[in-house]
Amino acid sequence: MSEIVLKTENLGISFGGLKAVDNVNIEIKKRQLYGLVGPNGAGKTTVFNLLTGVYQPTTGCFYLDGEKLTGKTQEQINHKGIARTFQNIRLFNNMSVIRNVMVGLHNQPEFKCNPFVSLFRLPGHFKTEKAMREKAKEILRIFDLEDERNNLACNLPYGKQRKLEIARALATNPKLLLLDEPAAGMNPYETEDLMHIIRRIRDEFDLTILLIEHDMKFVSGLCDEITVLNFGTVLAQGTTDEALNNPEVIKAYIGE
Amino acid sequence: MSKLKKLKLSNYVCYIMVAAVMVVSFIVAQTGNLPRSYSNLLVQIAYSIILAVSLNLVVGFLGELSLGHAGFMCVGAYVGSYLAMQLAEVIDNKLIVLILSMLIGGLLAAFFGFLVGLPALRLKGDYLAIVTLAFGEIVRTVFKNMSVFGKAMGLSTQAIKYDSRQDTSLYLVSFITVLVVLFFVQNLVRSKHGRAITAIRDNEIAAKAMGINVTFYKLFVFVIAAFFAGMAGVIYGHYTTPVLYSFFSYNYSIEILVMVVLGGMASINGSIIAAALITFINFQLQSHLSGDLAALKYLIYALILIVLVIFNNAPKLAPIKDKLSPKLLFAKITGKKRHPGDIRSDAGDWRVIPTKIKMDEVLSVDLQQNTEFTPDKPQKGGK
Amino acid sequence: MSTIFDGLSLGAIYALIALGYTMVYGIAKMLNFAHGDIIMVGAYAIFTTLAAGGHIGLALVVAVVVCVVFGIVIEKVAYKPLRGSSPLAVLITAIGVSYLLQSVAQIIFGAKAQTVSMVSFGSMKIGSAEISIASVITLVVGAVIMAGLTLFVRNTRTGRAMQAVSEDKGAAQLMGINVNRIIMITFAIGSALAACASIFYLMQIPSTEPTLGSMPGIKAFTAAVIGGIGSIPGAMIGGVLLGVVEKICLSIPVLAPYTTAVEFAILILILLVRPIGLLGKKRREKV
Repeated sequence: MSEIVLKTENLGISFGGLKAVDNVNIEIKKRQLYGLVGPNGAGKTTVFNLLTGVYQPTTGCFYLDGEKLTGKTQEQINHKGIARTFQNIRLFNNMSVIRNVMVGLHNQPEFKCNPFVSLFRLPGHFKTEKAMREKAKEILRIFDLEDERNNLACNLPYGKQRKLEIARALATNPKLLLLDEPAAGMNPYETEDLMHIIRRIRDEFDLTILLIEHDMKFVSGLCDEITVLNFGTVLAQGTTDEALNNPEVIKAYIGE
Repeated sequence: MSKLKKLKLSNYVCYIMVAAVMVVSFIVAQTGNLPRSYSNLLVQIAYSIILAVSLNLVVGFLGELSLGHAGFMCVGAYVGSYLAMQLAEVIDNKLIVLILSMLIGGLLAAFFGFLVGLPALRLKGDYLAIVTLAFGEIVRTVFKNMSVFGKAMGLSTQAIKYDSRQDTSLYLVSFITVLVVLFFVQNLVRSKHGRAITAIRDNEIAAKAMGINVTFYKLFVFVIAAFFAGMAGVIYGHYTTPVLYSFFSYNYSIEILVMVVLGGMASINGSIIAAALITFINFQLQSHLSGDLAALKYLIYALILIVLVIFNNAPKLAPIKDKLSPKLLFAKITGKKRHPGDIRSDAGDWRVIPTKIKMDEVLSVDLQQNTEFTPDKPQKGGK
Repeated sequence: MSTIFDGLSLGAIYALIALGYTMVYGIAKMLNFAHGDIIMVGAYAIFTTLAAGGHIGLALVVAVVVCVVFGIVIEKVAYKPLRGSSPLAVLITAIGVSYLLQSVAQIIFGAKAQTVSMVSFGSMKIGSAEISIASVITLVVGAVIMAGLTLFVRNTRTGRAMQAVSEDKGAAQLMGINVNRIIMITFAIGSALAACASIFYLMQIPSTEPTLGSMPGIKAFTAAVIGGIGSIPGAMIGGVLLGVVEKICLSIPVLAPYTTAVEFAILILILLVRPIGLLGKKRREKV
């Protein structure tokens, strides 16, 4: 079938002897919507932290488009094409909405601008600024946030903050987008809306998306395949229906 | 269209303020009515503005506290003045000597800024503040013991000093330097690079995840700020004699910090006004108070720091603060409606000290989410 | 020999101050910049009591009481309103408080150093070295106080509550611990330690001035950082180490003028190589 974007091999990390994530093997194909589910403390966010270079894995490695990214810094990994959102929203609170997105655009090759060009305010500076602003507006339009662009990020309601985080991550032009509980704290309408947006950006930007979510309706309505984690290890893997109906998974969630 | 024009104007307020003071004092000086002490005051105001604005880059925009800003000034003052005295023997033009020594003094200070910036990559907050404080003290102690710079007697700069009795042009040169510094600072802050710097201040982890090169920008800010502080030091060396290590103490670093806090975090216009105000108050106090009452100056600083910071940052006082917000008051007076969150600068709320998210807060946020938003999910699997 | 001994007793003073820093930092997560100036307050309390004809014993009690009251009031007025806001804001306020204490002291007592008529203990000879008895007392009493504090934190209810608050404020609150009260007690203990430090300081250098506390304060913080902030034994080791280094530097003519620079250079080096200090625990920001 189509090519594999993300591949992890025996990915694992331990903190002081405790194996937080152990032996995780995931393969995600291009343009796939892939889910990572599991009870609290199963190590889902830790997997994200491994994939974005916040933690360095103690075992195993991972590849993006066949290129080994293990051992790279957070910045480098982002440049290579993995962007993420955070479970506890981490916006640039004291900056306006549009500027949050513009920070995401910072490293795009088409907006390159030497610091000294900016210091002397040469023509290149104005050109870059204008182009960045336009591009940021374009991205905000997708998320229906264009009218809020001059508000401070911290003054947005919760659901919009989540959307803004996704918009900001999208601005870094990733190949793989990691979403950490994108629907947490959203009401049913907002969740519905978010599902449409996620599908839309996948199609428009040719994205591959890996997401963590607790809302099973959300997961089964969106994801083609999922991996279920429990106590840091893979409990089940496969198409969404299959994995969710796996007796082990039901046991882990509901108990015997 | 008119909106656009207004926006543009607000970008140039700082230049207009500084240029206005300069032009007015120049005209007064031409008529021969500018008292000698006031031309001194003008020089003091000029180098204070440079110091305050450059420190604001570090504290207000990058969000790291530096308690060693006087140390950079110290480097510039000693080395730049020494160099100027050597140059003065070769080059006849006073102005060229001053400019050259400012550049080189600034560059050397920038090198020290780079050195201080290195720990900033590993340390944050209180720890970094202490390291910068330690740096300032080390620099001072080393210069105090170097025989080239006159040891404890200080470096006599009589040869290059602008004697305010004969030559009042130093304030003009200083003010032009201020304008140049403002030009660079404003440009930096309003560019994508300034945005990256404020992003690091607001949330370093997120900035990294967005691919911002945190290492580069932290060093960059420290280097630029130190460069300007070094230039201020060279002006100081041309203004007074001797250049004495005791002037650049931790107390002076705090004085610059008071200017930044009074003017507002990440507000360049604020820093300019506050630097001028504090220098003016100092100047008046010095001529009217003597002996132990000189401590009143520090009492005023202390109250400015405590009252302003608590008022602007205390969570409980937030509602009162919002009511007194100058933007809202302005809106009331002019009858215009403006959304309270509507901002037009990268700085954010310039009164609030930027937060580096603390571990405790992060933890409590996690706690909230797990209980509020996923209540029906069982914990850690059933047994 | 006597250099090292002098270093030890200076180190004991640093250690006492460093303990105050470390406890407050460990529990309130703030750098109490004004801690050094509490020592100055204690010194002036002793000076005033003695000048008014009070007994030395009374002076000591007055010093402790005044310092504790100052510590609590400062915490309530200046730091408590800022709880939960940016650490930078708290630090700047603390610097403000430090200035406030210094300038008020200068306005009341004058900038000039005032001689305090402490009891003189003389000195004794061990072998060839001459050792001042004040140093011996400093060392012994210092060691006793530190041991007592360690026991207090380990074995009492309040001590355990302190440990809990330092680990996780939120969780401690959920467990029914009155966090505000614990922080207040911490400030009280820290200030009492500062009062003790002021007594020992005056025993070695019997004069007081408004800026008396600032340098020892900064150096003691250095000691606390070297030892690993938040760790009681770390503060002791850091303090003693710094005291010995200072005295040794002062005794070597080439290094003597650079003593402060050497001490701060050690601080910067330790922070760069091992930012958590010698005995500190690693903390990681959660993502």
